[in-house]
Formats: sequence, C-alpha cells, structure tokens
Amino acid sequence: MTTAMIIAAMAGTTMALRFLPFLVFGKDTPKYISYLGKVLPQAIIALLVVYCLKDVSIMSHPFGIPELIAGVSVVIMQAWKRNAVISILLGTVIYMFIIRIM
Amino acid sequence: MEVIKKAFYRSIPVMAGYIVLGIGFGILLHNAGYGVIWAAAMSVFIYAGSMQYVGIGLLTGGASIITTVITTIMVNARHLFYSISMIDKYKRSGKYKPYLIFALTDETYSLLCDDEDHSEETINRYRFFVSLFNQCYWVIGSVAGCLLGTVIPFSTKGIEFSMTALFIASFTEQWINSKNHIPALTGLGCTLLCLIIFGSDRFMIPSMLLITLILTLIRGREEKAS
Repeated sequence: MTTAMIIAAMAGTTMALRFLPFLVFGKDTPKYISYLGKVLPQAIIALLVVYCLKDVSIMSHPFGIPELIAGVSVVIMQAWKRNAVISILLGTVIYMFIIRIM
Repeated sequence: MEVIKKAFYRSIPVMAGYIVLGIGFGILLHNAGYGVIWAAAMSVFIYAGSMQYVGIGLLTGGASIITTVITTIMVNARHLFYSISMIDKYKRSGKYKPYLIFALTDETYSLLCDDEDHSEETINRYRFFVSLFNQCYWVIGSVAGCLLGTVIPFSTKGIEFSMTALFIASFTEQWINSKNHIPALTGLGCTLLCLIIFGSDRFMIPSMLLITLILTLIRGREEKAS
C-alpha cells in the first residue's frame, strides 16, 4: 500500500509540474509568458547540455577528453549534415570507443 | 502513416538511451525487491527518468508522502520550464494535448521544442507519436530490466552519452537556426556559473531562476531585436 502511495505521490507531483503552467497561463497567455516561451528553449537546451556533463572531471583521468572529442564530433556532424540521428549515433560510437581505449 | 514514419525516425536518437537507461532502472528496482508490475507502473504513470532513479531510494526508505512530494518538486522543477515554453506551441493540439503535456520529458522536449517542419493538420499527430514512441522505449526498457534482474552480458558502458549527444545536437541545430544567440549564451553562462557556485548536486534550481531573471531583464531589448 505504501509503495502504491509513494508512486502515486511521485506521479501526481510530476504531473502537477507539467500541467500547472498550461492550467495557469493556457487560456490567456500573458505576453511575458509568450516571450519566455520563445527564448527559454535555447537556454534550457544549454542547461541540459551542462546538466549531462556536470559530473565530468577535467582534473582527473580521463580529463573530460572523451566527452570533449565526442561532443565536438556531434557539433561538427550536426552543422555539416543537419541530421540528428547521424550526429548522435556518431558521437555515441566515438565516445564508447574512446572510454574503452583510454 | 507518413506522419508515424517521420515521428519514428525523429524518435530514433532517444531509443537506445531510453531502453538502456530504462533497463538500468528496472535492474535497480528489481534488486530493491520490487516486481515488474511496479516497474511498469512507475514508467507509465511517473515517466520521468531521473525521478524514477531517485524514487527507488524513496521506496526502499519508506519515505513519507511529504518527503516524496518535496523531493519530486526539487528533482522535476525544470518541467515547469518545458511546459511554459510549449504553451503557445500546444495551444491547438486538441485531443492530443493532455498526453503531449504528460509525456514532456527532457528528451521529448528537445525533439519537439524547435520542430516546426510540419503542416498544421499533421503536427499534432506527429508530436503525439514522437512522445508515444519515446515512452514506449522507456517502458520496454524498465520492464525488461526488471525481468532480467541482472546486468546484460555485453557492455553498454558509455551508451548513456547518446542523451548528452542528443542535447548537443539540439543545441547546435538551434544555434544554426537562430540569428540571436543571446538566449543560448544566457543559458550556458548562467548554468556554468551556478554549477561552479552551488556544485553538481544543487545547481539546477538556482540556474533556472538566474536564467529567468536575466531573460526577464533583457526582455525589452530582445523583443526589439526580434
């Protein structure tokens, strides 16, 4: 019973966070919120990149080198071919290869 | 059918990551003594990756409802931001809207937040199927992990980088598509600053507040620019 209740609390809270902005601002969206909606995606994606790399240590082995090389490969590939599937596949393969040889 | 195919192709980058991370979650939940029903229930109803990992600790520790709610808010506060930036995009989503909002994970958000390459009548179905495919990968992964109960025989070490690569690819794509790089640089700068000041366990909420503050302060200038 407790298990179900804890899971329900997690599910309910997560749903509340996802639905709340739509319930509050969905009908008459204030200009300020529309503005945030336009500029936030770029800022949030940057935040997510940093979030994924937060535990990388540049002071100790392997010094963030796998992340750097694989990350730069993704940027170059994406800028060149504009195809996310290819960029992500390439970056992941490069990363998995480097961490095995370093 | 064409729309479903497009949605599937768009969801491929998330497939490997969600299945493997889902398996990881399923294994941990299994080892904590919970069966496959719970794995499925969590992945269907909570559907938030990092929260479900944290949730295993809450379950085994027998956390109170208050602790659970507060922890969930701390871990998932960023979802408020995803929703705020999708309000205008999801305005005319009709019957798909509740599920689109429910299924807005980090990865789904990054696939859909700048995808305008569809006509008005197909975009809702397209968004729905991208969201649905992603959740299917996550549910399949967690159920499989819970059934297996042990680590898969071949080494998948490093495959979690596919999630990082997904965000880097989205960042690059948005950078190329926009003339104004101030929002991207604001996000990058604020997050790095907060990571240095608050450390890797506590920087997310300060980062989001700082980003909102800076973007609010430069609003006048930004709206003139666009």
